[in-house]
Amino acid sequence: MSEFITQTWTWWFSGTMIAAIMFFLLYFGRYFGFSSNLRTICAAGGLGRRVKFFDFNWKSQTWNLVFLAGAIIGGFIAKEFLSSGEPVQISQATVSDLQKLGFAAPESLQPAELFSLESAFSLKGFLILALGGLMVGFGSRYAGGCTSGHAISGLSNLQLPSLIAVIGFFLGGLVMTFLIFPLIF
Amino acid sequence: MKFIKFLLLGSLFGILMAKSEAISWFRIQEMFRFQSFHMYGIIGTAVILGVAGVALIKKFNIRDYQGNPILFNPKDKSTTRYLAGGFIFGLGWALSGACPGPMVVNVGYGFLTMIIVFFFALVGTYLYGVIKNQLPH
Repeated sequence: MSEFITQTWTWWFSGTMIAAIMFFLLYFGRYFGFSSNLRTICAAGGLGRRVKFFDFNWKSQTWNLVFLAGAIIGGFIAKEFLSSGEPVQISQATVSDLQKLGFAAPESLQPAELFSLESAFSLKGFLILALGGLMVGFGSRYAGGCTSGHAISGLSNLQLPSLIAVIGFFLGGLVMTFLIFPLIF
Repeated sequence: MKFIKFLLLGSLFGILMAKSEAISWFRIQEMFRFQSFHMYGIIGTAVILGVAGVALIKKFNIRDYQGNPILFNPKDKSTTRYLAGGFIFGLGWALSGACPGPMVVNVGYGFLTMIIVFFFALVGTYLYGVIKNQLPH
């Protein structure tokens, strides 16, 4: 039983439960869309006085900030109580592709080459994390949603705009992976 | 404590994202290289069940816990903003290996350098707010 919990949870279970979370949020009169929190935090930080986009009643979004706080707690619980500490079991093809770019085989969930303190406080490492975050934040608001809002909520509601956004997500991801990674790694 | 249900749902979300390894940069790379079904399985299952469930909610006019109708706001019709915004998002997603939800789950998991990624996601959101009116939508 304990091994069943500490190993990687299978895709169909995770996918089913994510759909369940979306339906619970709908049942509670809300929606599943995580990146709205970024705008809410900007508004809560008082940026609405300077930029109109952040001038809205952010307190109505408190429920989503609480959801965000829960997500942090969930990550902590997964690590402390539900994890075997095994490295992520990605396919051998990915391991060898990444090795060609200078990434060692996984030793945990994340590559030390990007997320160790050492890397994050080198100039190149810092720029990678900063630019990655910047593009995610900018792009999700420009597109009006992220993976949860478009790929899950939007596609579930058969929204054509969400399909276009998801195609955009993938085009961007493919360009980064196959065209830009060889230049920067 | 009307917010406790959102704290529990958020925690469940965090546990699921971490335990199915969807918060892993390696898994996102594997996905964009089409070398495993795993991430497609997660998103695909959620979408198939989501489509079925939303259709049922509409067909039977299922109401929320307060008895109000569950409304779905249609997204504004456009191509430019979704394609361009989505493309920029995708660049960042592949580079950092995390979309906004998994960023904070990673922080809880102990990958504290994700705080840098999340902070700059806030900066990116702010930047969008500043130049929004100059962008094609």
